[in-house]
Amino acid sequence: MIRYVIRRLLWACVLFLVITMLTFVMFFVIPVNPAAMIAGKAATPAEIKHVEHLLYLDQPVWKQYLHYLQQLFVHHSLGYSYGNRQSVNSIIARAAPITASVVIGGAILWMMIAVPVGIYSALRPRSKGDRVAMVSVLAGISAHPVWIGYMLSLIVGYELGLLPIQGYCNLRGAAPGQQCGGPVDWFTHMILPWITFAILYSAFYVRMIRSSVMETLNEDYVRTARAKGASERTVITRHVLRNAMLPVVTMLGMDIAVALGGAVFVELVFGFQGLGGTAIQAVNQFDLPTISGTVIFASIMVILFNLIVDLLYAWIDPRIRLT
Amino acid sequence: MPLLDVIDLKTHFRTDDGIVHAVDGVSFRVDKGKTLAIVGESGSGKSVTCMTIMGLNDRRSTTSEGQALFKDRDLLQLPPDEMRKVRGSEISMIFQDPMTSLNPVYTIGNQLREAVMLHENVSKQVANRRALEMLKAVAIPRAETRLGDYPHQFSGGMRQRVMIAMALINNPDLLIADEPTTALDVTTQAQILKLMNQLRRDFDSAIILVTHDLGVVAETADDVLVMYAAKAAEVGGYEDLFYRPEHPYTWGLLNSLPRLAAEGADLKPIPGTPPSLLRPPSGCRFHLRCPYVFEPCIPEVPELLPVSDDDPDHKVACHLAHDFREREAHDLLHDLMAEQR
Repeated sequence: MIRYVIRRLLWACVLFLVITMLTFVMFFVIPVNPAAMIAGKAATPAEIKHVEHLLYLDQPVWKQYLHYLQQLFVHHSLGYSYGNRQSVNSIIARAAPITASVVIGGAILWMMIAVPVGIYSALRPRSKGDRVAMVSVLAGISAHPVWIGYMLSLIVGYELGLLPIQGYCNLRGAAPGQQCGGPVDWFTHMILPWITFAILYSAFYVRMIRSSVMETLNEDYVRTARAKGASERTVITRHVLRNAMLPVVTMLGMDIAVALGGAVFVELVFGFQGLGGTAIQAVNQFDLPTISGTVIFASIMVILFNLIVDLLYAWIDPRIRLT
Repeated sequence: MPLLDVIDLKTHFRTDDGIVHAVDGVSFRVDKGKTLAIVGESGSGKSVTCMTIMGLNDRRSTTSEGQALFKDRDLLQLPPDEMRKVRGSEISMIFQDPMTSLNPVYTIGNQLREAVMLHENVSKQVANRRALEMLKAVAIPRAETRLGDYPHQFSGGMRQRVMIAMALINNPDLLIADEPTTALDVTTQAQILKLMNQLRRDFDSAIILVTHDLGVVAETADDVLVMYAAKAAEVGGYEDLFYRPEHPYTWGLLNSLPRLAAEGADLKPIPGTPPSLLRPPSGCRFHLRCPYVFEPCIPEVPELLPVSDDDPDHKVACHLAHDFREREAHDLLHDLMAEQR
């Protein structure tokens, strides 16, 4: 098991380096001269050249890459935004908790819906409850999150006035210049975004859990458990669930990781300045450091969660530990 | 007083294509400490009979009739909670494929302990000790370390031994083994059968052994039930079956066994295939394949009746065997059969 963990960690590091390189190279394909943009419209060629020098843009590509790596690993800095000269570290540090709140809270909500519904559907296939669930799943997958978000905002937020419809509130307390703050505000402002975010994913997961549980119910060892005299409840919680959840765990890790890179639709509808919104803004402005910063952060999340999922999988399923 | 008395057992499955009569009137008895072998082709209803006795059929799509009297109780009438208490402690069952019958994510120690703790309120240590005892009883080497191993760390034969250990851990009165050696190679098969025989003596359990291998029957059975197309064709002691068979299907089975001495001779299978259980044939289910079919076989279902008054435990469901008009012809055929062997 230890060897497995070490191997995975080493592989994660290699993967990370490759991703930084790819990110870096990708942006060199873009035929844009950021120095010109930063120097401003009225800049003279000499001034542009000066800015280029400051930004190391006149150096050969590999030297720029090395400089970037040095900046990353030695100074722990992702650079400075071309747009507003803020350190990318601080931009991400501000945006990440927002996206994390949406994603983690949403993930908990979608699992809370999907697991019971999925199991129920699997145990009572073709019953009324199952059919209702499958139709809801279809609706959940088909409806666009943006539409869902706006509809919820409109009906629950605007018409009924039950929940706030815009803005993110800091968990700890109001940030300077903000009107709301504290855990209660944070929670009420998160409810609609969570529901919006969870609907699509819970639909997928209900289907996945349903089919996984149905398959597992047909396994021979489930029959053995019944033959031993286990109650149906014990059979499901002890024997079926642990095996049926294996594919779900894998998907969950990946989905959370990818979503952490930016839950774009939700952030857009509810006006959150999370990673998604930040990334889109940066792309529009050709703000290379911010773009590569968010990409790197998202990659770290994906690598990290993949690692967690792999370790979790090995813990749940002893057959994996041999490899 | 038999341990298990099954009377006119019937089991129907409701499917999208109609009702499948998987077991259609089967009766037999199992005596304490004895082995009953249930023989038949695939689809004859042997496994479903066992599942019905154990109450393991899907309640939503299955209905059963008849009686399964076990220790003064009708198992088919027991409420699910009561039946659960019987399963695994008074009657245990092991299945055909040992490779998939154990849960891959728990150690076998865990699964053995579960078998104990489902029925008795004992501590984990006590359950563990019992698990260890049973592993040793089924001859698993290095049993102490093996308790912490996972199923994928065992070979097929060893997994079946673990299954047997799990089935016998609560000292059941009856063990039902559904083709326990079919998925194993011949040497392992011999070991497992020997083990089961020995454990039967040590634990004084009765065994119902489902198989389609007459060799296995010869080695282990005290009594035999031959099933064909969801019905009982013949039932009796193993001597009755091998030396004095009455049903043409049984004759066919015995004749189809390859003989070492008859090298180069053709094999003699029973022509035709078993009938559909969705729309079974009228009268005797075997009449379409029976070489001795005559008038009553087509419309009338033969009853399972004793062969003679001196031997009431040997019963057969065949018009030929019971028809006095044809008795002489039947006796002639019978002698011919004996001669050929």
